[in-house]
Amino acid sequence: MTAELVRGQNHPLTESRVEIRVSAGDPVVVAAAFGGADGRVADAGQVARPGSPRLPGVEAPAGVAPVQRLSVDLDALPDAVHRVHVLLALPPGGRGPARFGATAAPFLALSGAGGADVASFTVTELDSETALVALELYRRQGAWRVRAVGQGYAGGLAELFRDLGVDRAAELAAGVEAEAAGSAAVLSAPQPSARHAGSGGRHGGTAVDWPAEPATPEAASPAAASQPVPASETPSPAGPVDYRHPRRRATEPPQPAPATPEARPGTPPEPVAGDAAGWTMEERLYNQVWGMFEDLARSTAAYRSAVGFAESRLEKELDRVLSDPATRVGPAADAAREEARAKHGGLVEQARAVLDRDLAQLTAEAEVVEHALPPALARWDSPVWHAYQAPLETPMALRLGDLHLPERRGLRIPMLVRLPLQRGLWVDCGRATGSGTDMADPAELRRLAMDCAVAHAARMLAVHPVGEFGVHVLDPAGSGAAALAPLVENGVLARPPAAGAQGVSAVLTELTRRVDLVQMAVRSGAADALPPDLDTAEQLLIVNDFPHGFDDRAVTQLRYLADEGPAVGVHLMMVADREDSRGFGPVLDPLWRSLLRITPVPDDHLADPWVRHAWTYEPSLAPAGSDVVRQVLWQVGQARRAYGL
Amino acid sequence: MTVNLSKGQGISLQKAGGGSLTAVRMGLGWKSAPRRGLFRSRTKEIDLDASASMFADGQHIDDVWFNHLVSHDGSVRHTGDNLVGGAGTGGDDETILVDLDRVPVHVDQIVFAVNSFSGQTFSEIASAHCRLVDDNTGEELARYTLDGGGPYTAQIMAKVHRVGGGWQMTAIGTPSNGRTIHDLYPVIATIL
Repeated sequence: MTAELVRGQNHPLTESRVEIRVSAGDPVVVAAAFGGADGRVADAGQVARPGSPRLPGVEAPAGVAPVQRLSVDLDALPDAVHRVHVLLALPPGGRGPARFGATAAPFLALSGAGGADVASFTVTELDSETALVALELYRRQGAWRVRAVGQGYAGGLAELFRDLGVDRAAELAAGVEAEAAGSAAVLSAPQPSARHAGSGGRHGGTAVDWPAEPATPEAASPAAASQPVPASETPSPAGPVDYRHPRRRATEPPQPAPATPEARPGTPPEPVAGDAAGWTMEERLYNQVWGMFEDLARSTAAYRSAVGFAESRLEKELDRVLSDPATRVGPAADAAREEARAKHGGLVEQARAVLDRDLAQLTAEAEVVEHALPPALARWDSPVWHAYQAPLETPMALRLGDLHLPERRGLRIPMLVRLPLQRGLWVDCGRATGSGTDMADPAELRRLAMDCAVAHAARMLAVHPVGEFGVHVLDPAGSGAAALAPLVENGVLARPPAAGAQGVSAVLTELTRRVDLVQMAVRSGAADALPPDLDTAEQLLIVNDFPHGFDDRAVTQLRYLADEGPAVGVHLMMVADREDSRGFGPVLDPLWRSLLRITPVPDDHLADPWVRHAWTYEPSLAPAGSDVVRQVLWQVGQARRAYGL
Repeated sequence: MTVNLSKGQGISLQKAGGGSLTAVRMGLGWKSAPRRGLFRSRTKEIDLDASASMFADGQHIDDVWFNHLVSHDGSVRHTGDNLVGGAGTGGDDETILVDLDRVPVHVDQIVFAVNSFSGQTFSEIASAHCRLVDDNTGEELARYTLDGGGPYTAQIMAKVHRVGGGWQMTAIGTPSNGRTIHDLYPVIATIL
């Protein structure tokens, strides 16, 4: 049976000789790179490519063509090789398409010695990428497995090689591209037989009855069939005109769920990303994450309940031995105590075994799911952020951070909230109340809280379509200037951060007016009566240094925004210490309660809706030293300027 | 094949093939009250409730009932409260699903009970039954007929308990009185 892989999914390889058939709509370069234990590719000598296609155990195609074969002998690979990255790239400057989004989705099939397909992978949802890591063969506990990666790079092979850690990546990429351009010139003449076996057909102008072709990616992968086929953006000049909107998603039918591989009897099924109900992959992943959250909460509840019971029973039995003066001392009492302790230990061990089994399964699932998450739900260190592009639709949810329980700190569940936000956010820069935090320096905490707020705001800006999300900042004392720099420098704010009491009052008055007018329009059903200068996009107001610069009127306006804003698309993000506004007394308590409190440092203050465990929240921040937030904001700024905002 | 259990009779939930049961379902069904007069809202609706209570070595651990539909560990799930009953043709109006593989290791007994929340006694209710079904095959393991059950408002129906490595079901059928499962604790304590 052929396993149709989705991004992030892996599959065991049982045979040592593997052939990978690559079919694309247009000629592509196929290369293979050897990675060491850390995944890095040492140098150009570790890359089998056109021009030098042979490495021990690997033979890459020498030229470029729409259909190519790459053979790998896993047993013949050097011991130092832990991964083989399978790379695809479009030859530059040829007659072919300039990006993968303009050609049919590449299709890769792995077959064993017998010629039977073991696994296949259709790389969908590509756009401006010109090079991609399609698959990865990797060692795991002595056995080889294949993982569907599908990571594209808009910057081409140079960016790809840099990401793989190759020294002098640009030089290597230029060499490969030169070699490919040379052979592309030779091979770009139509090759009817190759197109027929592959997936093309639409570019050559020859009518191919592709639904009947089992080898086409559309027919081979049901997931690809209902997704917008990127190739439809460049309709063939000779073919019938395609009236479909190139970007519109079909409502019917929903994308079929990824096939769950058959479980061997006695073992849990291999986890698959998107293994939940839903109409789209995004909805399925969202539901799957919530399912994992609930399962972890409940498995832990079972474990804690069992341990609690074991302890209470032990106590009771020890008490019983003590309470009887006749048997309080002596060998009988010792034996009874020993027995009670053994019973306790046995039960705890049993409960721990069950918990470990559940956690192992959830950990495996979390790993698969994490790789498949789209930008709005992904961590900042996920490769999807490197291939970031301004989206065309608002995602259904947003990741605010990670949650974990003390039983297994390594198992992190993404904390997702639905968009549009139902309630505002409060990044608490006061002294953390929960356990496990002992950051003493309030200034440091404030700086972290502001960084956190900027990371959340950057994510919200990045995942909303251009112009559909505006960010305002109140920074009365200018203390957040350093943290706000990425937002200001890239020109993504609706206006410069408001300073001083006057600035605060101006922004609050404008947003209050917006909420009031939109509410009126909604109530009376007169959306067309709104004044033309009113921005109906979702708005986020970041408030730093509250209540500095706020008078009573401003506080009242802020409370109005917190109460009425979310329903009409105005959201608050307070970066504040509740202690600072103690002077207002209890009148502000409803404001704090109405906001979702998150912290800049790990803190166990969030409860799940099922069992009410205390979960440790950790904010979603870019890894130290990473520039990804700034890069994404730069792209958002570019897009905003392109739209004239 | 239906086993009409008599009081105190036990059946093992081991399957003939040696495999043990992994999921059981408790179903409760009754006929809704006849419509009375012109105004539907004045009909004296009959509200029966199915509940399950989990115990470890005689110590109460968790309840699953209409105000707490899923046990904390997730192994016992109530599919939702029905306030009026159904057609009375043998279908289930309330269901509790038990995933025996997921029941925490210390829980050794699960007791199933029925209460009349609206206060009618079983003698006033038509076509009421409760039953236990193997959720994998749909095979009925045990069935009780409740109507004509005398002047009682509650019944402790059966318990599923661990025996060796598997589970066994014992029919209980003790009538009692009470609005919710909490009123039955003293009676349940006598049958653990």
